[in-house]
Amino acid sequence: MKLGEREERICAGELGDPVREALEQQIAVGEFFGARRFVPVANVHMMGDMEVMGEAGFAFVEGLVRAGARFRIPVTTNARCVDFDRATLVRQRPELVRNEARLVELLRALGALPVDTCINYQTLYQPSFGEHLAWGDTGTVIWANSVAGARTNYEAGPAALAAGLTGVTPDYGYHQDAQRIGSLRFEVRARLEDLADWGALGGVIGRRTLDYWKVPVVTGVAGSLSPDALKHFGAALASYGSCAMYHLVGVTPEARDEADAFRGREPEASTVVDEDALRAFYRSYPAPHAEVDVVVFSGPQLSVFELGRVANLLAGRRVHPNTALVVTTNFGNHEVATRLGYVRAIESAGGHVLTGVCWYVMEPARMAAAFGWRTVLTNSAKLANIIGGYRLTPVLRRTDVCVEAAVSGRLPAEALDP
Amino acid sequence: VNRRLEAPPGFGPDVEGEVLLSRDTFSIRYDMDRETGIISRRGHALEGQSLAGRIVYFPAVQGGVAAGWAFLELARRGHAPAGVLFGRTNPVMIQGLVLAGISVVHQVRPDPFTILRSGDRVRMSPARGWVDLIDTTTFA
Repeated sequence: MKLGEREERICAGELGDPVREALEQQIAVGEFFGARRFVPVANVHMMGDMEVMGEAGFAFVEGLVRAGARFRIPVTTNARCVDFDRATLVRQRPELVRNEARLVELLRALGALPVDTCINYQTLYQPSFGEHLAWGDTGTVIWANSVAGARTNYEAGPAALAAGLTGVTPDYGYHQDAQRIGSLRFEVRARLEDLADWGALGGVIGRRTLDYWKVPVVTGVAGSLSPDALKHFGAALASYGSCAMYHLVGVTPEARDEADAFRGREPEASTVVDEDALRAFYRSYPAPHAEVDVVVFSGPQLSVFELGRVANLLAGRRVHPNTALVVTTNFGNHEVATRLGYVRAIESAGGHVLTGVCWYVMEPARMAAAFGWRTVLTNSAKLANIIGGYRLTPVLRRTDVCVEAAVSGRLPAEALDP
Repeated sequence: VNRRLEAPPGFGPDVEGEVLLSRDTFSIRYDMDRETGIISRRGHALEGQSLAGRIVYFPAVQGGVAAGWAFLELARRGHAPAGVLFGRTNPVMIQGLVLAGISVVHQVRPDPFTILRSGDRVRMSPARGWVDLIDTTTFA
């Protein structure tokens, strides 16, 4: 890689060892992917929680603090694994809670802003078109590239830390025009009525794409799309497909029309996604039995509008005694939803509103064991995809089906195998 | 018979080890128990297998940024692979492997299943982009 004057000084150790080591890692990654230079970034969003980092990651961050490292640009943190106000309620290990609290202090010492959200793009930082970023959490990355027209690769915890210390990131992948050209065409011929349908669409396209370096181009969905629909679509597409960018023709800024999305090239393949394809996706999550152990709305954290929907569906009702209902959001939305009465509506129905966390990083296998949960009902395709790895049985259904099942404790016959 | 896989130059030192081939894709969070390094997803081609000390091949990767820290933690617990071979990979795998100092190449050619079996001993040289068979498995 060709280094700028400042990067040369970093390499020579003039800015200290932590920054030099961070840049060396960035050079190794950049050269692996053929980067020729670095680009400056104005914002970093990092995954930094004990569940994802482990003791080794913790020790790494501790070492940085001891060496006096400081971030030189704003670094915000993703959803973490502990809601400190409600850890006992969900029976999390005291050791995890303690370590997570220490980790937050270490990140603060580096200069991070512990905002603990995976929906920074909806609530805290709306990137500008063409802006270079170093964001972690795949759902945030795919939003930044696709909806905002900003530019970032998946920057995992250590890579985001490095970018925070150096203020630059290697120029490869989605920082470059050539990588942002559409490659696969998907024509949607299905009605998308619920956020779960959008997640399912992301899942269908993701399963067919399964390649970080491919950019799906989606036609047939133009219109007034809610940010929450795009959030669930992108989060699922990133989760199932490892994708970092998509184009929605007529919706996203680099796809005014198909020719724009493909830059005049032919798509490598064209696929129709119809009602049958979506139904088949739901059917890939059959319910093993009618009884529902836990209903989870999380992954990504809920917007104020999603919280309102769950609250309204639950208003004046009770979650079944054999079923738990868990919702996660961020601090800002929790505050707004409290003012709007949504938090009270969910909690007085017996649901839990967890804050600053995402359910799948909260050691769900341990939590499930503590409560005797086996089947997890959710409207989040991303969550359904992830928790299979924890040997829990995910069941993906629409939002209203999830809430009704939470209240009755059972899935109706038609929802067992949709 | 050509018993060499080739790849663009990768990262890390030359390593030797037993190769473990997967026909399924790989995600740290979705497929593996990060405390033991054992593939835990039901129905995964390597379900129940440990990555520890082996040179593992996955045709592609799935999902998320958990890979960034996970290899360092695996190394701390003594469960890290000796090397990793990918067909297609993504940045977070490489970011995580670089942090942990584990050798890695991607875009290996030809398909490893055409010249190797799990259990074969291979030598991997990321700098040259070579993975050479040095001893075949004694198991049929």
